[in-house]
Amino acid sequence: MIEARGLTKRYGDKLAVDQLTFTVEPGRITGFLGPNGAGKTTTMRLILGLDRPSHGSVSVHGKEFGRLAYPMHEIGALLDAKAVHGGRSAYNHLLCLAQTNGIPRARVGEVLELVGLTEVARKRSKGFSLGMGQRLGIAAALLGDPAILMFDEPVNGLDPEGILWIRNLMKALAAEGRTIFVSSHLMSEMENTADHLLVIGRGRLIADCSVAEFIERNSVQSVRVRTPKPELLAGLIAAAGGTSVAGAGGVLVAQGLPVDRIGDLAFENAIRLHELAPAQASLEEAFMELTADSVEFQAHMPGQQDAGRASSTDRMHPTGVA
Amino acid sequence: MTTTQIAPAARQRLLPPETGRAGFADALRSEFTKIRSTRSTYWTLLALIVVCIGIGALASAGTAAHPNGISKASFDATQQSLAGLYVGQLVIAVLGALTITSEYSTGMIRTSLAVQPRRGVVFAAKAVVFAVVTLITGLIASFGSFFVGQAILSGSHLSATLGEPNVLRAVIGGALFLTACGMLAYGLGAILRHTAAAISAAIGLLFVLTVLVQFLPSSWQDSVDKWMPALAGSQIWTTKVTSGAHQFPAWGGFAVLAGWAVVALIAGLVLFRTRDA
Repeated sequence: MIEARGLTKRYGDKLAVDQLTFTVEPGRITGFLGPNGAGKTTTMRLILGLDRPSHGSVSVHGKEFGRLAYPMHEIGALLDAKAVHGGRSAYNHLLCLAQTNGIPRARVGEVLELVGLTEVARKRSKGFSLGMGQRLGIAAALLGDPAILMFDEPVNGLDPEGILWIRNLMKALAAEGRTIFVSSHLMSEMENTADHLLVIGRGRLIADCSVAEFIERNSVQSVRVRTPKPELLAGLIAAAGGTSVAGAGGVLVAQGLPVDRIGDLAFENAIRLHELAPAQASLEEAFMELTADSVEFQAHMPGQQDAGRASSTDRMHPTGVA
Repeated sequence: MTTTQIAPAARQRLLPPETGRAGFADALRSEFTKIRSTRSTYWTLLALIVVCIGIGALASAGTAAHPNGISKASFDATQQSLAGLYVGQLVIAVLGALTITSEYSTGMIRTSLAVQPRRGVVFAAKAVVFAVVTLITGLIASFGSFFVGQAILSGSHLSATLGEPNVLRAVIGGALFLTACGMLAYGLGAILRHTAAAISAAIGLLFVLTVLVQFLPSSWQDSVDKWMPALAGSQIWTTKVTSGAHQFPAWGGFAVLAGWAVVALIAGLVLFRTRDA
């Protein structure tokens, strides 16, 4: 369990983390989301005591990180896969870490096996690919067989195979009853792996809820309709208290009315429908909406022209937040 | 490489020791693994030995070629054979600085402190391991230089033996001198956290400062230069007071160098403990 209470970090004039209070509950995957620069890495550095908080506190299993008797047995972290001495072999890198916490040498071989680096164990890590570096970082995090694992953007820059590997690894680790705290700026990644979400923007906590709850709370339910008479239907929707945006080819995206009501409206007025479907904004969109204004914890209607908004899941993080 | 099997359900959890905490002895083992597992350590230590013995041999050969007119009473054969230490101090300063700055340049420091957050323990273990490795290498370099140098001088009437007054102290002192120079650089490395800056600062203090004080008016020079770290420290590897009688005696001079190193180490430790990593 990780508990932050009023955690604040200021670098000069910049408030990197602002009054964060949250609890990472044991035994599940907690996704830590925010656009780049939102303060995710800083928060993790504060948890590990690499940086000192300006105000507030954070504890791991009820203790300040620096007071844990054997830190590697409590929490294993991968913050930056490149934070290794490239001139040292993978084996020696892991060995020197294991020795700090009295972890037996045999465990080094075990974790190398676990992440599939046994064959390159004696090679200097400067020659490793990004994916291999990531595996080495994960091996280091697993050395102490810790109850909590913390990963900062673990899939960044990985190829699809690597992404899949990390995703499955996290699920397998969670299935063993471990607490996983993983950050990402990609909602799509969390949608697939996380049970719970902490969302931050500009250093502030803007959501702390389950994934399903997050989508429900933050996305506008809309209905996509295609009809030869969009103007007529739009008028009826407006009269019934809804709103709609017209797209090309007779498409309307309506909001404020349930899908049945729109079907009935069309039927009662003899309007032919070629398509009628509920559309739910993806997590990605909910996230972008939320973090675009960063602190407005309230869903709002974006002035969006594209009628196909519900399918635009491939968009990246928003640009509105530094 | 694609296996995602993490562990069979029945796998036994790796448990920490029931008592105690990750401490200094663990950190010492870890730091020893670190220093022995990078090639730069071996190259630097080899360079130290080669430079010390090589330059000492050259200096001895120069004297051995023209021994006439030099009296055994005033000639310090030990110091002559240890002349390589003037350059050796710079080599060890590089390794001393690198011992800690390489953690910053590679980012390893964040990994190191995320497994052992008690920073004083990390700092001290690193310092002790480096000091011991340097002392042992320094003894090899120093005794090697002495024996090679005396072998070269043995054709003349000038060579010294370990049994002569002050000689053993001077030869062991050469290793102590190197160790203290290395520790000074280590402290500077912790303060500056940047390899080039730390090496420059160490060379500045050890070498450039020594040269600069030579340009002072002689009345000032006598009272200032004995406090310079390298000049003061080098008194321990002389066996005869030749010129510059105003210098501190052997151990007094070494204490001055050690004092510089201690100041750098304490400042480095304080900053290492308090700054964000």
